[in-house]
Amino acid sequence: MAINWFKYSAPTTFYGLAGKLIPWFAIPAAVLFAVGLYIGFAVAPVDAQQGEFYRIIFIHVPSSILSMFLYLIMAGYAALGLIFNTRLSAMMATAIAPTGALFAFISLWTGALWGKPMWGAWWVWDARLTSELILLFLYLGFIALHASIDDPRRADRASALLAIVGSVNVPIIYFSVKWWNTLHQGSTIKFTGTSMHVAMQQAMFIMLAACWLYAIAVVLARVRSIILERERNTVWINELPEAKQ
Amino acid sequence: MSDLDIWMRENPLAYIWLGSYAVALLIFAVEIAMVRHKRTITLQQVRLMREAEDEAGEDK
Repeated sequence: MAINWFKYSAPTTFYGLAGKLIPWFAIPAAVLFAVGLYIGFAVAPVDAQQGEFYRIIFIHVPSSILSMFLYLIMAGYAALGLIFNTRLSAMMATAIAPTGALFAFISLWTGALWGKPMWGAWWVWDARLTSELILLFLYLGFIALHASIDDPRRADRASALLAIVGSVNVPIIYFSVKWWNTLHQGSTIKFTGTSMHVAMQQAMFIMLAACWLYAIAVVLARVRSIILERERNTVWINELPEAKQ
Repeated sequence: MSDLDIWMRENPLAYIWLGSYAVALLIFAVEIAMVRHKRTITLQQVRLMREAEDEAGEDK
């Protein structure tokens, strides 16, 4: 049986689907957070060089990865909305931005806490750190620009342009440790292999999965509110059971 | 070395937990609370508009 995926590109059908999907992402996210933290703190051994301080990696790396991927997904949705004028794409981009900004903030915050004992400084104007800070500003710029324009469709188009132009920063963040001589370490896990202990890898990947599931659940919950807000004058919103209570 | 430097080196796990994980979990909790609050407020607006429309319909 073929599934008509375009059916869910309309806010009317996506609203219900998102509501059903949220628990399927939120509950596994909570479980994986607990498992990841247990392995990260109780099973993974102490690092030979960094001691206990390396354990920040289990939140720092997933939040850094999420901040970059969420920006690309946000820019992708914004581009779809701009090109095809689809309402849901712009709503998704708007819903992703706050979560992406929070992950960028967590990445910078935990990086500073890791930098202090390892480098002796909370912050250095290193290429990786600076480009990640620019990413946070791009998220905040997207949110502020969208909020500053009253007409939602015009706000969608203006902020979409910013998101698309800003996406050039993501490869700069990723390759900054290769292109420039930076204080930040390079990738520990590569396609050719890794020198990390198995328990460390497990904890990091489980925390990464937990962060992904959490982000999807929160974005779905937020986009439902955005759909409600933008479509509140339509008949289908007034027919919803939660609107009748 | 400052007092904080000495403390973090003597208590690395407390430093990591309080500084990184507690802050991250607090941020997640605040985000969830904000999303839930936004939904409550938006649903209230929808219901108010619906009630206003119903009352306007009854007056006619």
